[in-house]
Amino acid sequence: MVTRRQFLESSLFAGATSVMASRLAFANAPTDSRFVFVLLRGALDGLAAVPPVGDPDYAALRGQIALTKAGDGAALPLDSTFSLHPSLKFLHASYAAQELAVLHAVASPYRERSHFDGQNVLECGGLRPHEVQSGWINRALGAMPGGVRESGVALGANVPLAMRGPVEVASWSPTRLTALDDQTLARITDLYARDPLLSRRLAEALESDAIATEAQEAVDAQPEAAMTGANLVERDAKEKRNTNARYTEAARAAAGFLKRDDGPRVAMFDTSGWDTHANEGAAQGQLALRLRGLDLALESLKDSLGPVWRHTVVMIATEFGRTAAINGTRGTDHGTGAAAFLLGGAVAGGRVIADWPGLARASLHENRDLRPTRDLRAVVKGVLRDHLDVPASALDAGVFPESAAVRPLDGLIRA
Amino acid sequence: MTVSQKSLAAAIAANRFGLGARPGELADVERDPQAWLRQQLEGKPPVLAGEGLKPSSETLRQALALRKEKAEARRHKKRGDEDAAKVAAALKLPAIYRPVYIDEAYARLSQAVSTDRPFLERLTQFWSNHFAVSVDKIVVLGIAGAMEREAIRPNVLGHFTDLLLAVERHPAMILYLDNQASIGPNSRAGRFMNRRANGRKADINENLAREILELHTLGVDGGYTQGDVTTFAQAISGWSIGGEGDNRRFAKLEAGKGKPGEFLFREVFHEPGDRRLLGKIYDDNGVRQGEAILKDLALRPETARHVCAKLARHFVADDPPPALVKRMTDAWLRSRGNLPKVYEALLESPEAWSQPLAKFKTPADYIHSSYRALGQPLREKRRSLQAFEALGQRNLQPGSPAGWPDTSADWDGSSALLKRIAWADTVAQRLGSERNARELAPDVLGSTLSDDTSRAIARAESGAQALTLLLASPEFMRR
Repeated sequence: MVTRRQFLESSLFAGATSVMASRLAFANAPTDSRFVFVLLRGALDGLAAVPPVGDPDYAALRGQIALTKAGDGAALPLDSTFSLHPSLKFLHASYAAQELAVLHAVASPYRERSHFDGQNVLECGGLRPHEVQSGWINRALGAMPGGVRESGVALGANVPLAMRGPVEVASWSPTRLTALDDQTLARITDLYARDPLLSRRLAEALESDAIATEAQEAVDAQPEAAMTGANLVERDAKEKRNTNARYTEAARAAAGFLKRDDGPRVAMFDTSGWDTHANEGAAQGQLALRLRGLDLALESLKDSLGPVWRHTVVMIATEFGRTAAINGTRGTDHGTGAAAFLLGGAVAGGRVIADWPGLARASLHENRDLRPTRDLRAVVKGVLRDHLDVPASALDAGVFPESAAVRPLDGLIRA
Repeated sequence: MTVSQKSLAAAIAANRFGLGARPGELADVERDPQAWLRQQLEGKPPVLAGEGLKPSSETLRQALALRKEKAEARRHKKRGDEDAAKVAAALKLPAIYRPVYIDEAYARLSQAVSTDRPFLERLTQFWSNHFAVSVDKIVVLGIAGAMEREAIRPNVLGHFTDLLLAVERHPAMILYLDNQASIGPNSRAGRFMNRRANGRKADINENLAREILELHTLGVDGGYTQGDVTTFAQAISGWSIGGEGDNRRFAKLEAGKGKPGEFLFREVFHEPGDRRLLGKIYDDNGVRQGEAILKDLALRPETARHVCAKLARHFVADDPPPALVKRMTDAWLRSRGNLPKVYEALLESPEAWSQPLAKFKTPADYIHSSYRALGQPLREKRRSLQAFEALGQRNLQPGSPAGWPDTSADWDGSSALLKRIAWADTVAQRLGSERNARELAPDVLGSTLSDDTSRAIARAESGAQALTLLLASPEFMRR
């Protein structure tokens, strides 16, 4: 019986050049730094995730869904103005450990309120929707120094726009391959020889699958003992019934790839369901459950990365924020200014980075939304420059077109 | 047309416009591929039959009754009745909804696999996705399939205006985009609520209005503003669903509660006043105000362009030829949204027939065409539907009101491809040598079958492996 890895090796000798290409893509990493992008699709309510409980106008705007400083389900304090949603326990501990920087009142250049265009701008990195056909992560991968184009991996069946482009990016999600024998795979590989897209994709898939299988075997070999997270008991219970468990699955898979010396340095996964137009809830409820799922996933990412965590920056962002005020159905509608997070051992954390515009009526954007005071691209550019060593010249043009005026934010990465 | 042109046209007709050829079908299609498609647009669309299918109003009535029962049980529970507490915990909406969803999804699959009008079925699927409701929002789990049967199927061969009105009034759409409890602050119910010091404050919810403009009609570049969204949301405030729901406190205000589970215009929720939208004034005449806006939206050129571009992208190419989109748009505007005229413009365009295999199949396309090619009887309901789950496209669950995406890059990820191959292999293993892939390949792929694939199939080491190679072949991955 030939193992999948042996199959890959033999294909190399047989001249399956596409397989070779994909192996090269994961080799010769020029950096130890890891970057994970977590996209929250649907517009996370930043005023719920990072409630400005110290803002004098907050409670009145939010009515029934306002979070409180004290009492049952109190928000977790950050500073005199901001707190974290009570579901975000791991993030709160990370803040205390100076591994979390919280960004507030941020926005991409997009100022309308369509999810799909908003996500498009956030992912493509242009000024307008559909302006660029590739994603900024892909272009950043292409601009990383070292002469070798470093590859990334998307955790999911398909590659999201943020990672699409000239640099080959693999996607991975669990596939039950028990029935598929290597002979058949070899024949399909041959059959795809004259189809550039399919031959590339199949080679990437088999390589990713081999890596993931190895990672899984490593986890299986040392079960309970290795998992010592504070949330272990709760997490196990939750995973069985919570649909948010797939966030955790994606996070663990990302770690499986990133912790390898010869693995990809950049990973991305996305989550959806943040569009809380009705019955959003406060300390408990719909959004609280989802935030808990995200928090658990991020904790398991840290646990699974082990020593690699100190080289890691995780960026968590959404397409835009939500209305400052509660709407008529105990939810919030599409807004503008949003919250974002930088998490990881390489982050200079323990602070809220916000040029806070306040929630007074006159301060709101178009009388309804949190006014954005910082361009999210400045944050991304700061991380890419100081963490992944992407040259400033590439950041200003190729990675984020026409963005020279948006200066990278300094000091986000631990010296 | 030469013989070889005809056979290519037949393969395009069956695989691109249809849902994949069944064995023997291409011979029929080849006689006149255009006519084969056109005939499918004649006569009423079929009514979906299937075990367990029932009107959405009936399912919603059950859901409303359950809610009442649950509230009752909770009251008993408060008085310390242990049995009632258990009853309350056991009453769950998904318990009613999930079996209905399975029946609906299975009926769709059966129809896609067995229909003799696959072009019509593909059009139906297109419109369901254009007007997407996603069952990850639990309130629509039991009625999303019914919306397709009740609002979409009867109107696929009619006018876009009727299709639009039917969909936006359907309880599934209203619940999916939160309009049932959108209450104008100056409506009678709104004023009543806002007088109370600590109660819930009434206001409109703009979700449905925004998505109608952005996704269903004008398109995101269709020239509307945030002000138009708000105005439109005010105009359709009160578009709701009959039954007491959680609005019992307004019972006194309401003249009638309507029929439970059916569309109801709740006058008491409606924000009074004339509305000005896209340069036109709409009088305050209750439900007709919103209807008049929808009728105008349906006929605007921005809507025609937006929807025709989507149709062309779905059928022909990820970047559809502008000339094709223009011809379809012109047909739409000339006929005031008479959909068969638009479909005919599509079929008459040479661009639609020029590039075979230009579209990468979605997982659903892949599953439907595999089942059709193999003539495989469906298995037990839940097991049959597992394929959609495994390949990443659960029935009626696109996850957002924008529906499933429709370009190659959205579906051709490396992991997605491997899943597809693994699934194909499982199906092939199950059938073993019951099918002869060597005969089947030209029969379902026609002249799009490549020499490479023929050769690989001929050299396969087993019947099962030959079937896997057929289903995994580059030409079967595309349409």
